[in-house]
Amino acid sequence: MIRELFGKKIGMTRIFRENGKVIPVSVLEIAKCYVTQIKRVENEGYNALQIGFQPKKEKRINKPMAGHFKKAGKGGFSFLREIKVDDIESFEIGQEIGSDIFDVGDLINARGITKGMGFAGVVKRWGFSGGNKTHGSRSHKIPGSIGACATPSRVMKGKKLPGRMGNEFKTVKNLEVVDILKERDLILIKGGVPGSKGNFLELKLNKKKS
Amino acid sequence: MNQIEMIEKEQMRLDIPSFGAGDSVKVYSRIREGDKERIQVFAGVVIRKRKGNIGATFTVRKISYGVGVEKIFPLHSPAIDKIEVGSRGKVRRSRIYYLRNLRGKAARLKERRT
Repeated sequence: MIRELFGKKIGMTRIFRENGKVIPVSVLEIAKCYVTQIKRVENEGYNALQIGFQPKKEKRINKPMAGHFKKAGKGGFSFLREIKVDDIESFEIGQEIGSDIFDVGDLINARGITKGMGFAGVVKRWGFSGGNKTHGSRSHKIPGSIGACATPSRVMKGKKLPGRMGNEFKTVKNLEVVDILKERDLILIKGGVPGSKGNFLELKLNKKKS
Repeated sequence: MNQIEMIEKEQMRLDIPSFGAGDSVKVYSRIREGDKERIQVFAGVVIRKRKGNIGATFTVRKISYGVGVEKIFPLHSPAIDKIEVGSRGKVRRSRIYYLRNLRGKAARLKERRT
C-alpha cells in the first residue's frame, strides 16, 4: 500500500461547512506519478519504488537520464523520488500511481521547502522580543548579550544568532483532508503548508480516518 | 479562471440580493442550540461591504437598548437563511463609519429615490 504522494501548492482559500463554520484550506494539485524504476533486494539491497512526476521537456533532459526514462516510456520528469511500499510485486514500470490513497477525514503530513527569508535577525528568526521602540531606546532589534565574560570566554554552541532563515525542509503534521476534487486532481487540506505557490510537497498519510 | 477562483465560485451563493452601505437590512441567520435550530433576525444598517469572492463580508449596525451593536456576516455563509433589504439609504461613501458617532435623530439616513 502506498502512503505517500506528491503535490503542488496552488494557494489558499477558505470553505464553509454546513453550520457556517469557515475553514482555511490549502489547495494542492496532486501530481501524476509514474513508476520509473523498481528497486529490489537482489539489486539495490532494499525494496522501493522510484517514481517520477512533473513532465520535463525532452530537450532539457540529458542523455543518461533520457535512457533511464525510456524504460518507463512516460516521457521525462523533473522530479524523481523514492517511496517505500510493502509489496513490490504488485507494481510494474510505467504504472501510474493513483491519487486515491487519501480519503476525506484522513490526517496527512506535508513536507516541503519553506520560503527563503534571507539573512534574518534574531527577532524574526528566533522570536526575540527586541528592545523598546521609543523612550530614547537605541536597541530596537539587537540580540543583546550573547554570553558571559572571562568564563567561558567563548560563545556557547547553539546560541541563537542572526543568520540564514527558511529555504529548508519543514514538515507540518496532522493536516486534515477536507475535500478531494477528483476530476481536477485537487485536494483541499486544512491549514497552511510550507513554501510558496507552485512549491512541490511530499504528502504522507499519517492516520486513516477511524 | 484559476483553480482557486473556481473553488470559491462554486461555493458562492447566488440568492443574495444586491445592497450596499446605507441600506437597512434584515439578516435571518440560522443558529444551533444543542440539537435545535432556530432563526435569529438581526436588523440594522449596513455600514460596509467588503469585496472578495468567498471571503466577502458585510457589517450591520443597530442600536440595541441604547447600545450600538455591530455584527459582521460572511456574505456567502450557509448559516444565513435570507437577507431582506428594506429602505435604501442615500449615502455618499461606501464605508459609513461616521454613523458610529451620531446618535438619535442625527443618525437617520435619507432614503434614496430610485
